[in-house]
Amino acid sequence: MQYETVIGLETHAQFHTRSKMFCGCKTDFGAPPNTQTCPVCQGLPGTLPVVNRYAVELGLRAALALRCHIAPVTQFDRKNYFYPDLPKNYQVSQNYHNLGVDGRLEIEVDGQAREVGIWNVHLEEDAGKLEHPEDTGANYTAIDLNRAGTPLLEIVSAPDMRSAGEANAYMNELAAILRHLDISDCKMQEGSLRFEAGISVRPVGGEKFGNRVEVKNLNSMSAVVKAIEHERERQVAVLESGGTVPSQTMLWDVQREVTEPMRSKEEAKDYRYFPEPDLVPIEISPEWLDQVREQMSELPAARRKRFIAELDLPPYDAGVIVEQKPIADYFEQTVEQGVEPKTAANWIMGEVMRVLNERLCEIDDLPVSPPMLAELIGLVTDDRISNSVGKTVFGEMCSSGKKAGEIVEEKGLAQISDSGELEAVVKQVLADNPDAVADLESGKQQAKGFLIGQIMRATRGKANPKLAGELIDRLTGD
Amino acid sequence: MPDLIELSAGDLHRKLVAGDVTARQIVEHFLDRIEQIDGRIGAFNTVTAEAALDKAADIDARLDKGETVGPLAGVPIALKDNLCTRGVPTTCSSKILEHFVPPYDATVVERLDLADAVLLGKTNLDEFAMGSTTESSAFAPSANPWDLSRVPGGSSGGSAAAVAADLAPLALGSDTGGSIRQPASFCGVTGLKPTYGRVSRYGLIAYASSLDQIGTFSRDPRDAALLLEVIAGHDPRDSTSAREPVPDYATELEKEVAGMKIGLPREYLAEGIALDVEAAVRAAADAYQGLGAEVVDISLPHTEYAVATYYIIGTAEASSNLARFDGIHYGRRADGKMNVDELYSRSRSEGLGDEVKRRIMLGTFALSAGYYDAYYLKALKVRRLIKKDFDDALAGVDCILAPVAPTVAYKQGEMIDDPLSLYLADIYTSATNLAGLPAIAFNAGTGEGGLPIGVQLMGRPFEESGLLRLAHAFRQATDHHLARPNLTED
Repeated sequence: MQYETVIGLETHAQFHTRSKMFCGCKTDFGAPPNTQTCPVCQGLPGTLPVVNRYAVELGLRAALALRCHIAPVTQFDRKNYFYPDLPKNYQVSQNYHNLGVDGRLEIEVDGQAREVGIWNVHLEEDAGKLEHPEDTGANYTAIDLNRAGTPLLEIVSAPDMRSAGEANAYMNELAAILRHLDISDCKMQEGSLRFEAGISVRPVGGEKFGNRVEVKNLNSMSAVVKAIEHERERQVAVLESGGTVPSQTMLWDVQREVTEPMRSKEEAKDYRYFPEPDLVPIEISPEWLDQVREQMSELPAARRKRFIAELDLPPYDAGVIVEQKPIADYFEQTVEQGVEPKTAANWIMGEVMRVLNERLCEIDDLPVSPPMLAELIGLVTDDRISNSVGKTVFGEMCSSGKKAGEIVEEKGLAQISDSGELEAVVKQVLADNPDAVADLESGKQQAKGFLIGQIMRATRGKANPKLAGELIDRLTGD
Repeated sequence: MPDLIELSAGDLHRKLVAGDVTARQIVEHFLDRIEQIDGRIGAFNTVTAEAALDKAADIDARLDKGETVGPLAGVPIALKDNLCTRGVPTTCSSKILEHFVPPYDATVVERLDLADAVLLGKTNLDEFAMGSTTESSAFAPSANPWDLSRVPGGSSGGSAAAVAADLAPLALGSDTGGSIRQPASFCGVTGLKPTYGRVSRYGLIAYASSLDQIGTFSRDPRDAALLLEVIAGHDPRDSTSAREPVPDYATELEKEVAGMKIGLPREYLAEGIALDVEAAVRAAADAYQGLGAEVVDISLPHTEYAVATYYIIGTAEASSNLARFDGIHYGRRADGKMNVDELYSRSRSEGLGDEVKRRIMLGTFALSAGYYDAYYLKALKVRRLIKKDFDDALAGVDCILAPVAPTVAYKQGEMIDDPLSLYLADIYTSATNLAGLPAIAFNAGTGEGGLPIGVQLMGRPFEESGLLRLAHAFRQATDHHLARPNLTED
């Protein structure tokens, strides 16, 4: 029998805000434990929450981008459960009056466009972190409340995805939107983007969904993809052997790459949601929504289309460049300097991204601004320097922050395009390599490549290869 | 030196500013009286003698230098022990918070300090403000100054008893379903529960967030006006606090009452009310007619559902509000090595009292899957109907005159094993909280055993001025306030 996989994803994104959801504490990553807390986020008795309006605006951006219906009034609810990382033993979240409902997200898989429904977009506060220092022999658990109260955006999709590939496309598109609208930096390694997957299988053409397995602890997109593939296999095997898949919550084991059932006690939860009485409902006026719309930049899908149609970029290049808004911005600014778009894309996808990956840094941290990159590319296209020297110069620019022209000047890297100057070098190389010259004269064209290589070596890459070839032809007397 | 005990808060302040008395003399006087008398009353959980004397010295020094002082300068005040005070234990009269010392001040505490009031200490209450006798305090019950064998009412029983026994001219309490008005009535003092949102709740340890409101105890309405003006107003830390302007209550208080229209709700004078209480309410109505006010019969048809509605919403919110007392982050933790679930269970079992557990269980049930619609959601709907009753009635009258409690103060221990009867006795007070309206309770005579009987006036949102004016006029026109508890030693 053929089976199809049915997937829904819950996404938690940490907002790109400087302060927490309900107090003024900072949200910097990596601060010493419990240094970014106050009585409110510590959940001390008598304290009250106050809504971070900016977080609501970022949530509205997401709801608008995902084409949700936005009600004129939104409200917070309490989700009640006991856990030591949750100082109030309830989480302020949304359940009855979500910020946005009934939206959709368009994704593309293998060139085919598909739409994934968005059930709702809502706001909530994050919990703290527990640390179990057992390896140091300690018999206690430490609680760090720095993260407690950090604003979170939760996006709940409909069970509309049918393969790990679709889930992957959904996650990437969603992350691109969140980054583009400055909602979240989506750094999975810092936990600012987290997923939970609802996975079931059913015979192809079946109308009823199979029993749903919820998988938690998915800390990367690749973990989601692997967990979906693993669950599909596991659930199909259960069905094939005549069994039934129990509805349950599983945890993804990153090391062993399998799902493990959670303790049943942990999943049998009644959260007793009720409206948060410490917060008044928030009115979302049409004027406020208009303001939010004005602040929203172009969405990734529109930007990709524009890059393809107006700048003539191949779809693959447009996809890579638009994935991260700062890179797409950098690209556009480079093109604005008069650089041919495909050339700019090649440089950014090649050298620029290589350096970012090597240094594990963001494009904003790079000392090379778009006008500086444009100057460098100009030197290469004008044959002032060779492509390979250009790459060296770029590396130098990244370390020193100097301009390309300065570096070329200082280090004498300008291409030797003067035939008189180059002729002496070519003569010397021909004299030093009589065998190769003989090969060339007997018609072996590979020998010419060897000789050009030797000329480049002698000039430390500065020789104009085209001119060097012409000189060889002339001096070998063909 | 004048006999400071006989002076109102306003008079104490005026004498201080006039140089007739120092802040130190005032504070020492009240500290001495607490020392002499509170052993029999048990109004205070904590007396902050040292800090009070320091504050008094500061005020005296500023006056010596000719600097200006705040509107409550030198006036001692007692705070219900569910209001957070930085560096001073705030226990909610619960074992689980017995040693809890907040690192911050409630907004009202900050405002009192800015007004140069002098904090005398923290007063006893029913544990977490759940009760109406102060007997559910985990430490000891408080006594009614009029008859030490009786309860002062609750939950703000310590604050009411402190003012009635002249241990403090002013006190703050909190009122969730009658917790200021009922003890004010039992102790013969003035208790004001302002409109929901009139006073910031920041720093009030929550029982039921949508019902809780901080309010005042004083000997008379004039002092209530003085104190309300200091604590009222918007607070950015409490988003449920109102942005309504704060009037000059002391001036408003003096205005004429003739021509005002007072409603007498027939549902509040039906079955279940003691004869002496009903007589006091009717006598108050007559007194108002004598002052030129018009008194008319009105109806609040959903009154009979108020208690049930209050106990569903109040306990539902409480079940969530009190979840944080888990022995993990602060407060009492069970001894020994155990897993976290057991630690929660044992810490809460040991740290919380029976009445608190009863309400947490009721509220947890009301919010549970399968019961939410039938209880919590239904209660919210009834709450709207109750609110509408008041809106309709108050469209035709300026305020509503009603009893506070069905009887005078109970004997100690008389009701402790009968929670249901105690719940039902909230019949006249809980609807006001459900509707979020202001109400003032004041002494309107004595009944059985010479015990005080209070009546209350309820008004439109943010119209505390009218209530204060009517309560003040009543006091000017009657002499019920002349009766005082006798606390001289035999």
